[in-house]
This record gives sequence, structure tokens and C-alpha cells, in this order.
Amino acid sequence: MAEVSTQTILDGLGEIVEEIVGIPAADVTPEKNFIDDLDIDSLSMVEIAVAAQDKFGVEIPDDELKNLRTVQDVVDYVQGLAAKA
Amino acid sequence: MGKTRVVVTGLGASTPLGGDVASTWDGLLAGKSGIRTLPWDNLDAFPVQFAAQAAVEPADTGLLAKPQMRRMDRCQQFALIAAIEAMKHAGYAHKDTPGETVDPDRLGVVLSSGIGGLHSALDSYDVFREKGWRRVSPFTVPMLMPNGSAAHVGLEFNATAGIHALVSACSSSAEAVGYAIDMIRSGRADVVIAGGTEACIHPLQMASFGAMRAMSTRNDAPELASRPYDKARDGFVLGEGSAVLILESEEYARARGARIHAYASGVGYSADGHDMVQPPEDGRGAAKAMQRCLKDAELEPEQIVHINAHGTSTPLGDVAELNGIKGALGEHARKINITATKSMTGHLLGGAGALESLITVLSLREGLVPAVANLENLDDQVDLDIVMGEPRKLPDGPAAALNNSFGFGGHNVTLAFERAL
Repeated sequence: MAEVSTQTILDGLGEIVEEIVGIPAADVTPEKNFIDDLDIDSLSMVEIAVAAQDKFGVEIPDDELKNLRTVQDVVDYVQGLAAKA
Repeated sequence: MGKTRVVVTGLGASTPLGGDVASTWDGLLAGKSGIRTLPWDNLDAFPVQFAAQAAVEPADTGLLAKPQMRRMDRCQQFALIAAIEAMKHAGYAHKDTPGETVDPDRLGVVLSSGIGGLHSALDSYDVFREKGWRRVSPFTVPMLMPNGSAAHVGLEFNATAGIHALVSACSSSAEAVGYAIDMIRSGRADVVIAGGTEACIHPLQMASFGAMRAMSTRNDAPELASRPYDKARDGFVLGEGSAVLILESEEYARARGARIHAYASGVGYSADGHDMVQPPEDGRGAAKAMQRCLKDAELEPEQIVHINAHGTSTPLGDVAELNGIKGALGEHARKINITATKSMTGHLLGGAGALESLITVLSLREGLVPAVANLENLDDQVDLDIVMGEPRKLPDGPAAALNNSFGFGGHNVTLAFERAL
């Protein structure tokens, strides 16, 4: 699996977050913490994770979800999996 | 010291006749039908091919953000839309709309559904079967639970006196209004958002009510299908939507200078003890609810000028209710202006009691009773004064009215309202 560019992941994640919780995609920047900065609750995070799995073709197990605190964490996770594949 | 009197200070609705109270009321006075053929492509699979769908889609109101809608069942969306209209109508603030605020601990919600989040339950089941549990929305449970609508409204307005969702099929939201009255009388709240909602025009409901042979099958003329008291009536018509009333203690409402639309004077309950889905022909259960309501409201039969009947357009139910009215009100029953507005709105099931309470309040306030639509040939068994043809003017001055609601299971609920002078 080819490396997915950081910008592609950020754009995709921005779209997902805007669709699911209504926060503008432009606010979904790497340093943002999902809970503290974007005010996203745990059930919405589950929805976002499932949508991200579909969009980027990677599995995000529940155990991993709690480690994905910031937008950058998701970028790293998706790129890490892509690198391993 | 007498009972705390309860007043109605706000109204909100989303119905098959309109997306708000004003358009719904205009439709009722004009005798408009909210019933039409369903826009489904597999209609041949159904014995009944029409229903009373809401006039305005929740997404088109602009009141609910898309992400908010994604986690709400359709019935919850209608409820929140009606509650927002009702709270604004009562003069309370909502988001960008300025207004008064209530101490959260003095604000309650009683909002019912007879069925609840059926669409969400079944949609999620489809997702589960096709894609597995991980793709099921994590909001499925709050979307399908029958108290979900009450909870959404409670969260929107930060009501912490208590949130309740009484369930008794088609009398659910009449019970909600009754419980709200008691909540205020008992001192648990000063203001209660009371109402009902339903949105189950789903293939499963069309099939299951069809299997019961409970609905009209007038597929060639849907707008004529709901015709309470008419000789040719053949069943009810399924509807969807929501209605909400803001109830307050009279003292609280007067202190803030609120407009009082009517008094919510009392409630009476009974159970038939007869059958799961059919009333006894003499309407004795309904009569008990009406008598208990009069007692609770401290009203005499002679004070009742109007009844908004349950009248669903079923062959047995319509006449049983009229027998109950005669049983409860005696000779005076013949002088009462009786209407059945389901002839235009269809049957909102768990939303019906609240919607018809709202219409009763408007009838008292405006002094005008909408006529039963589609009533061409009065059933020979009907010997009471049914409002036919044109809306009927009510006498000026003191006036009281009843609203009946009955539900599968043998539930009977009557609410009493009085004109605010």
C-alpha cells in the first residue's frame, strides 16, 4: 500500500469531522486534540474512527482508538499502517 | 388553599398540515387533508398505500444542524422542532432568539411516543446485517429508545426538574400532558414542556397495521380516507409529526406577564379491562376517563361546550366513544360541539393526544371548532352534534372543552381545558 500523503489524510479527516460533528474542516489541524480542542465526545469518536477506516482502508481497533488523541496521531497511525503494508 | 392552576403559554407543532402551529391551524379551518399516496416505489406490496406524512421535512426547517440530525431519529427531530417553536412562543430564549430563561431545576419535560425510534432501530438492523456491528451507529440506542425525544428536548433547554416519557400507545402524549399538569400541581416544576411525537410511516408499520385490518384501504382517494362518523368509514390513516404545549403554574406565568392561551384544567384516566385493541361498544372505559377528568378539573358537564374526540375513523371506535360521551355527560352531551381532527391530520399515534390538546386550546382561544372533513353521510348510530361542513363558532365567555385519547391496551385519557378570559 502506497504512502498516503499527510495532506490527503488531513483533508479526508476534515471532511469526516465536519460531516459527523459539524466542526468546519479547516479547524481540523494537526495539533488539535479531539476531546479538548474540538469538543468531540467518545461516541462521535467511534463514528469518526469507523468513517476513517472506510476512507483510508485501515483498521482502527478499539484498543488503538484511545491512543489517537490528536489529529496528528491519526495521520501518524494511518501512515504507519500504510508503511507496514 | 385550592389546587395550583395550570396554564398553557406556548404551542408548537410539525404536522401533516404544516410545519408550525399557524399553518396547521389554517389547514384545519380550511378543511385541508394532510393525507396522500406514499412516494414509495414498491407500493404494490402494501394493502394501504397512503399516509399523512409531515408537511415539512425536518431538514428543511433550518432549525437543526446536520450533525445534530444524524444522531436523532425522525420522531426526535419533529419533537425538537415543535418544542423550539413552543418555547419561543411562550417567550423563552433559544440560541440566537432572545427571551426569558427558567431556573433549570424548575423546568421539566414530559414528551411521549407510542412507538419511538422505529426507523432508527430498523435502519441499524439493516446496517448490522449488511456490514456487521462495527458499522452500526453508536447513537442507535438513544435514537431508538422511546424516551429519546424527551431527552433531546430536555438537553436542548437544560431541563433538570425531571424528564419523563409515558407510554400508552395512542394516548401516550395525552398522558404526557396529564403528567405535566400533575408535575406543576405537585410543585416539582414551574414550567413543563409537554407533548408527543411519532414518525413510524415505515414499511413495517404499514404492513403490521395493515395486517390488523385497522387502516382505511381507500387507495384510490387517500384524501377522503379519514372520515370519522361517516357511514363509509373503514379505518384510520397513519400520520406523523409532533405537538408541544408549554404548561406553567398560573402564578409563575402571571408573574412574568406571559400570554395565557388557556387553562389546562385537569386529567382523567381509566383502563377498559376489556380487550387489547377494541373498546367495549358502550364506551364505558372512555366514560370513566371523562368523568374522572371532570372531577379532577372541578367542572360540571354543563360547562363543556366542545370535545375534540379521539375519532380515528374506525367503524367500532367512533361510535363507542360517542356512547362514552353520552354515558359521562348525560343529556348535556347533545349540546356539545364535537369534532374529530384526525380527518385532516391522520392519526399521529403517540403524538395525537398532544396535537389534539393543542387544537382544543386554539378552538377555545379562537372560539372556532374545525369541522370533521369528509363527513358526507352521518352514520345512523350518531345522535350527537358533530361539527360538519364549516368550522363552528363557540359561544363567548367562560367555556371548557375536553380532549379524548385512547390507546391499544385499553388506555383512556381525557384532558380538560378552559378558556382564558
